Amino acid sequence: MPSVPSPLAFAAVAILALAVSPHAQDTSSPRAQDTSERPAWQEHGIKPQSPDSPFGEVVSGLYFRSKETQAMQADDFNNPGFLAVEQGEDLWSKVDGAAGRSCASCHNEAATAMKGVAAAYPKWNGKLGKPVNLEQRINICRSGALKAEPWAFGSPELTAMTTYIRNQSRGMPVAVKVDGPMTPWFDRGKALYYQRNGQLDLACASCHEKNHGKYLRADFLSQGQSNGFPVYRLRDQRLVPLHERMEGCMQDVRATPYKPLFDEFLALETYVAWRGLGLPVETPAVRN
Amino acid sequence: MRRPITAYALAGLCALATAAGAETASGGLAPFKIVAADGTDAIPDPLTDKPGDPAAGAKVVVNRRQGNCLGCHQISSVKSEDFHGEVGPSLDGVAGRWDAAHLRMIVVNPKHVFTEATVMPAFYRVDGLSRVRPEFQGKPILTAQQVEDVVAYLTTLK
Repeated sequence: MPSVPSPLAFAAVAILALAVSPHAQDTSSPRAQDTSERPAWQEHGIKPQSPDSPFGEVVSGLYFRSKETQAMQADDFNNPGFLAVEQGEDLWSKVDGAAGRSCASCHNEAATAMKGVAAAYPKWNGKLGKPVNLEQRINICRSGALKAEPWAFGSPELTAMTTYIRNQSRGMPVAVKVDGPMTPWFDRGKALYYQRNGQLDLACASCHEKNHGKYLRADFLSQGQSNGFPVYRLRDQRLVPLHERMEGCMQDVRATPYKPLFDEFLALETYVAWRGLGLPVETPAVRN
Repeated sequence: MRRPITAYALAGLCALATAAGAETASGGLAPFKIVAADGTDAIPDPLTDKPGDPAAGAKVVVNRRQGNCLGCHQISSVKSEDFHGEVGPSLDGVAGRWDAAHLRMIVVNPKHVFTEATVMPAFYRVDGLSRVRPEFQGKPILTAQQVEDVVAYLTTLK
């Protein structure tokens, strides 16, 4: 894979990343992106693909971040998220489970077989009678074709494989389908998006629809788009899957979060993907 | 017109019945009376007997686990603090825009003064909320005394 840098390069990059991000290890203090670095997010987006879109312009979270963060994401050798891409590539052809197979046994080359696949997730699964997201789809393959244990949500393996497969769609437009049997899931996700929660009584929309581009204490609010997930978060120094990020937002408003991979977040993931229809997949994106 | 919207928090009555004089933040709310004034709701009477302390209020305003007002608002008089937010309006001169009764109402529950759509949380409310984390259930964001201290501080922002 010519586009994947060597592990040695990563070690150097990781050290560099530490050197240039003084707050990276101090998780108690907010990430500093002060107002002098006000991001010029306008006109970096796309026209909404649906007349029902709440946005005049649909903009990736990338353009709400600092120039340094944008540069780190753009350079595969500097983007620390590529550690997970590389780990996922190794796992792709690693035999695991009682069937003696790997992902590659059925799908061959991920670069061809998985190209564009993740951009359409979450996707309706007729057999289950519900949509599944990419993490769930991976685990269906593991427990089915591979006869292997499903990976736990948040495990490095599941996040790495999710990152690797989504990376095969990098640059391709988010293309989730929300009609037909997906309609009730879209509706539920939309209701959850506008539902205020927690002691602070805030909905997703309170920040990401009404106030994106504004400074919220130490960060510029984005539109809350999902096209870069799993994202490498500088404050956590690891890849963070979408449902974990949603949990974090709910914790922040002092609400009891829904559980990762349960129906609520699945519906929300479906709806949020629709809000970003047409945005290029950026996985692995780099965020604060 | 004076609307007799007398809102006694149920929890407040319980607290009075079971633990008079106990710290309100550990349980229910102190009772308070909402009246209509100048076309919107207001709370003329303080929530506590002890008058609000503006210096204590300034600390609550900047504390990220208490008021965290700078999360959304800018206040020039605490310019030394980092990262003033932009989600709400600047609070400079807020005392010229609202009197203490309205400032108290806004801090207690801003939906009574602005619209239902305001993103500002109610700092002295425990009912009508969804999925509140167990450790915060039944507790307002600020204690009654903290509300009074914040209101006292806000009235200095002329």
